[in-house]
Amino acid sequence: MQWNSLVTQLFGPYHGMREGGDFLQGEVIFDGEPVAVIGTTNHAPIGVRLALAQARVVLDTVTQHPGRPILLLIDTQGQQLRRRDELLGINRAMAHLGASIDLARRRGHRVIGLVYDQALSGGFITSGLIADACYALPEAEIRVMRIPAMARVTKLPEEKLTALSQSNPVFAPGVQNYVAMGGVRALWQGDLQACLREALAHTPTEDQRARDGAERGGRRMAAAVVRRVLDAA
Amino acid sequence: MISYAECSARERLALLLDAGSFHEWLPPSERVTSPHLAQLGVPCAFDDGVAVGRAMLDGHSVFVAAQEGAFMGGGVGEVHGAKLVGLLQRALRDRPAAVLLLAESGGVRLHEANAGLIAVSEVMRALLDVRAAGMPVIVLIGGANGCFGGMGIVARCADHIVMSDVGRLAMSGPEVIEASHGVDEFDSRDRALVWRTTGGKHRWLTGDCDALVEDDVAAFRAAAIAALSGSKPLTLAALEQEHVLLTERLHALPSTGTTNSTDSDEATLLWTALGIPDAQQVPELSVDAVRALRTV
Repeated sequence: MQWNSLVTQLFGPYHGMREGGDFLQGEVIFDGEPVAVIGTTNHAPIGVRLALAQARVVLDTVTQHPGRPILLLIDTQGQQLRRRDELLGINRAMAHLGASIDLARRRGHRVIGLVYDQALSGGFITSGLIADACYALPEAEIRVMRIPAMARVTKLPEEKLTALSQSNPVFAPGVQNYVAMGGVRALWQGDLQACLREALAHTPTEDQRARDGAERGGRRMAAAVVRRVLDAA
Repeated sequence: MISYAECSARERLALLLDAGSFHEWLPPSERVTSPHLAQLGVPCAFDDGVAVGRAMLDGHSVFVAAQEGAFMGGGVGEVHGAKLVGLLQRALRDRPAAVLLLAESGGVRLHEANAGLIAVSEVMRALLDVRAAGMPVIVLIGGANGCFGGMGIVARCADHIVMSDVGRLAMSGPEVIEASHGVDEFDSRDRALVWRTTGGKHRWLTGDCDALVEDDVAAFRAAAIAALSGSKPLTLAALEQEHVLLTERLHALPSTGTTNSTDSDEATLLWTALGIPDAQQVPELSVDAVRALRTV
């Protein structure tokens, strides 16, 4: 979905959000209360510049509007694959973005992620995946790698991977796989305003993803292994 | 002098911590392995490539994890990631003096990529919980596989990073960037370029690591001991400071289009912009000499 039609559905035609260089920002009113919206569009690659731009708005929101909810709108092709960004410490800029979102959460801001188009790897890990919880539209795409590329890198037969991906959500692209594994809390379908209202009211602040993954059957071991380490003699 | 890079994860644990003090949780004898690798017909490791447990360091109680680069490049899968999360959650409960992470990883393990990606973000959240509770998390980077991908982000979430000059810390590996944008963007076989871009000396000069040591287990041990009292709370003021540093760095490096000479090296340009004298000499200098040059 285009970001503009998404925010129009969520916040009405006078939402006031603006786009600049793949970066989305706005202060919208939802149910009479202000919400800070931060996002990217055009499948933006997240490099140092875009990571810092997002962190800037998060830190400003924490400073100027304590407690204001933050909605992250995610559309990214992943981290910027450039030597210059590596030289500049892209991993540090990403960590800074993640730490800024984490600070907002600790200070009582609800932080909701929404994958509205596509989410890949490094561009996703310090946005939606470090929010209180992440949601997705059903037509969105979440992945680390497509199966043909995975087959090349792992030297496993593509047919075998395709067949296995029918029953095991652990490597194949798809929002449903991320729901099954607990990485995405739920899909937003139908009345998107009702979905956001529900998310703002009931998203847990604890990390429940491993437990969700176990209950939904998509990630059966993570929660149990965590438990075993906690209980080990 | 024993090369840290050439040690296995378990050799590092044996040599770096107080002698005989490492007590492992979920040791290989319990055979907690990846079900996904088994399903793909790929060989498993009985520890899924990471050892976690408690130990003593210079008489202080620490929790520690060591990733094994020889197993799938230290890649993070469902079980591997959950062992790290369990260790961090246990630290939050039991309050050791510090948590040590002997990181060696290419990032997410592609064979179970979705689970690995979620796991890395769970590690980040659990690590930031430990840090917020005032326990220092200390990351050591000096393995042959470096510390890349999601683990490169995790490392930068920690209080303190120790690197050797042969260590590498980054996000995408040079091979991935070359495959994506061509050999002119990043020649992954140009070892000098790879180390100027991701290596320990560069990370020291930019302040991306907090200690630069020789490739020596004893040097890593000494640096880890020195970091034990170094909890750095992530306050709003600290994050604002970090933001200024990263923004200034972004603007300090001239964009490629504005430099006249096509062969001027960007790493050298950045070091010069940071005020390092004779920056082009840096790769030839000893660790001791580079240690004295830092300006940030």
